[in-house]
Amino acid sequence: MTVLRLWISVLLIALAAPLAAVEPDEMLDDPLLEKRARHISDGLRCLVCQNESIDESNASLAKDLRILVRERLSEGDSDTEVVDYIVARYGEFVLLQPTTGGWNWVLWATGPIGFVLALLIAAGYLRARSKAPVKPVEGLSAEEQARLDEIMKG
Amino acid sequence: MPMITELGHFTLILAFMVSIVQAVVPLIGAHKRLPGWMAVAEPAATTQFVLVAASFAALTYAFVVSDFSVQLVYANSHSEKPMLYKISGVWGNHEGSLLLWVFILALFGAMAAWFGDNLPPTLRARVLGVQASVGAAFYAFILFTSNPFLRLNVVPMNGQDLNPLLQDPGLAFHPPFLYLGYVGLSICFSFAVAALIEGRVDAAWGRWVRPWTLISWVFLTIGIALGSWWAYYELGWGGFWFWDPVENASFMPWLFAAALLHSAIVVEKRESLKSWTILLAIMAFSFSLIGTFIVRSGVLTSVHAFATDPERGVFILGILVFFTGGALTLFAGRASVMEAKGVFGVVSRESALVANNILLAVASLVVFVGTMWPLVAEMAFARKLSVGPPFFNMAFTPFMVLLGLLLPVGAMLSWKRGRADKVLRQLAPALILSLALAGLVWSMQTGRTMLGPVGVFLGAWLVSGSIIDLIAKTGRNRDLSRLFRLPRAEWGKAVAHGGLGITMLGIAGLMAWEEERVLVAQIDEPFTVGQFDFVLKGVETVQGPNYVSDMAEVAVLRGGKEIVRVFPEKRNYPVQQMPTTEAAIDYRFLRDIYVVIGDAQNDGGYVMRIYIKPLANWIWAGCILMSLGGLLSLSDRRYRVAAGARKAAPIKGVPAE
Repeated sequence: MTVLRLWISVLLIALAAPLAAVEPDEMLDDPLLEKRARHISDGLRCLVCQNESIDESNASLAKDLRILVRERLSEGDSDTEVVDYIVARYGEFVLLQPTTGGWNWVLWATGPIGFVLALLIAAGYLRARSKAPVKPVEGLSAEEQARLDEIMKG
Repeated sequence: MPMITELGHFTLILAFMVSIVQAVVPLIGAHKRLPGWMAVAEPAATTQFVLVAASFAALTYAFVVSDFSVQLVYANSHSEKPMLYKISGVWGNHEGSLLLWVFILALFGAMAAWFGDNLPPTLRARVLGVQASVGAAFYAFILFTSNPFLRLNVVPMNGQDLNPLLQDPGLAFHPPFLYLGYVGLSICFSFAVAALIEGRVDAAWGRWVRPWTLISWVFLTIGIALGSWWAYYELGWGGFWFWDPVENASFMPWLFAAALLHSAIVVEKRESLKSWTILLAIMAFSFSLIGTFIVRSGVLTSVHAFATDPERGVFILGILVFFTGGALTLFAGRASVMEAKGVFGVVSRESALVANNILLAVASLVVFVGTMWPLVAEMAFARKLSVGPPFFNMAFTPFMVLLGLLLPVGAMLSWKRGRADKVLRQLAPALILSLALAGLVWSMQTGRTMLGPVGVFLGAWLVSGSIIDLIAKTGRNRDLSRLFRLPRAEWGKAVAHGGLGITMLGIAGLMAWEEERVLVAQIDEPFTVGQFDFVLKGVETVQGPNYVSDMAEVAVLRGGKEIVRVFPEKRNYPVQQMPTTEAAIDYRFLRDIYVVIGDAQNDGGYVMRIYIKPLANWIWAGCILMSLGGLLSLSDRRYRVAAGARKAAPIKGVPAE
């Protein structure tokens, strides 16, 4: 039930209202603007949900945020201005993609640094292995020999 | 029979006692070379298994007969549930799932005892001893913090849970498979710790460990795929992976198990990478424990929930620290004893497998840091932030792409000293085919995304590379009848690698080319999504067994011809006060048509969501192939010989590679 338990809570929230995500009456008439709105809402977290974007969620807070995003866009804000506006009001918790600011560089650098370190260690190991003298194969212990004889007899 | 629950409780306590004996006596016996003490391990493992099985059966019985005097049954079942879901209710909760956990732990321990005839006696005693010590810790956890056998003073008339959403076969079997995988890795852990105590790792050790890793990995693959498929068809918008902490908790052990089953090959065939393989075995199980901790403590969903009821979380954290810390300390002290024997060049199968291990290990490190980062940021820097799918897609994917690029080449390099130019020449047809397909797709698609072409390239490259690898094994004159005489492990390798390609292709295709339309549909007014036309024919109210449903009838047309009629539903379960959406999915080879019906509008129309999901089935088809590949490798004769040596036919030479 490991995964299940949290799934249940995801579910209960996701299905508490009849339908998921953005509703036709919220959508903007301008398809380009609406596309930008969808893109922005995809990256904003629904604050009361379990790891869901406001685009996927049907919580009323998510709906409010979707409408807010569209209002700002209609008033001519750029994508970054809309996101900054929401972050200023709700904090960086709404960003599904964390910023690189502050100590977050550690998060972002984990992969690249880990990879480079692993490559360096592996390179050292491979050099050592390719130059290592060939060791004579050790014989079997008496026990192992007896076992082998038994197997070979079938 | 009201006593059965108490019997179950009693056998669980006995199993705890037996596990303590099994953890102490054989280890001392192995240390002092006392055959009688070591011999305790096997019967103890069997006894422990029988006792836990009885305990598990007792709890299952309580669920089956709906004995609501048991608190757990009252809280998690209902007399009107279908039998299948009464049974799956046993592990559908914290206490019961832990009982399943120890049951599987004891099962694996007993299997190691039964199939371990050919292990050196000291190693066998130590493996079973370590396994029992893990068991003892979890028995204590259950008995002291999460007892499933508690009774209620006043027996209620009926149970509380009849949640329709959870009554689903995909969800009923998802947890047991994950557990089989998680817990299967405990055997690898026990083998690793036993080898450290023993101070000896050889080819035979690799041969013993690999089947356990394979079977755990297969179970994890099936479990993860089931959960993902369930999310796809049930959640109503066709998401299949959310990078949720609980998903990541199962994904990290999967990645480590994948790394381990590859590095164990190197130990088995070349007696190299020994200490690294030991470390991986320790890490794989540690990540299973971390996963258990993440999910069971709830620490990542709410720090506050953890702080108010920390007992269980702290207990698991203690188990985690004891076993991981202990094993790593032992590793630090003893790893140098494992000297490598095999010598190999920088371009060789060994190096390719090292590359595989690096990519998988770094990828899981990224998942781990990403999963834990919100917690770290909150505790260390007082920042409340989220790490969501965009981060993982960006930080994790490059390693998988690199893995896919290198895989076919690495899989064909010779052991010891390979020649990249020779392998590339063999693979040239695959490379040309894959590039051509990717180019074709690139020119055909309308968007500018690279995701689709890259996915097509990787999919084609992995599948065709696997085929070429198999054909190359038939020898110089391409006698294809030899294909069927190849060792099963060769087939397993090809099938699993091809499956990985298919999954990668499915994920990329779905993410790159998905089409979606949300609209208010009027009855009998057609509308278009992608290359399909849709007509909402009508919406009827249908009475289900325990729900009322608004069932829509939607005709799907292509080129003016009706190809299918689908029936999405919006259900309402009056007793639970719970509305649910039942998406109608028309599964097709190249694309799924995913139709969801929403609320009625004032003007007589209905909100509808239509998704065209290209290659969605390929994701799970690839997972099935990967599992199948794992099973094929597992059935290779060298393991059958190893498992049942006494019964096996006389051994012929195994083809050299």
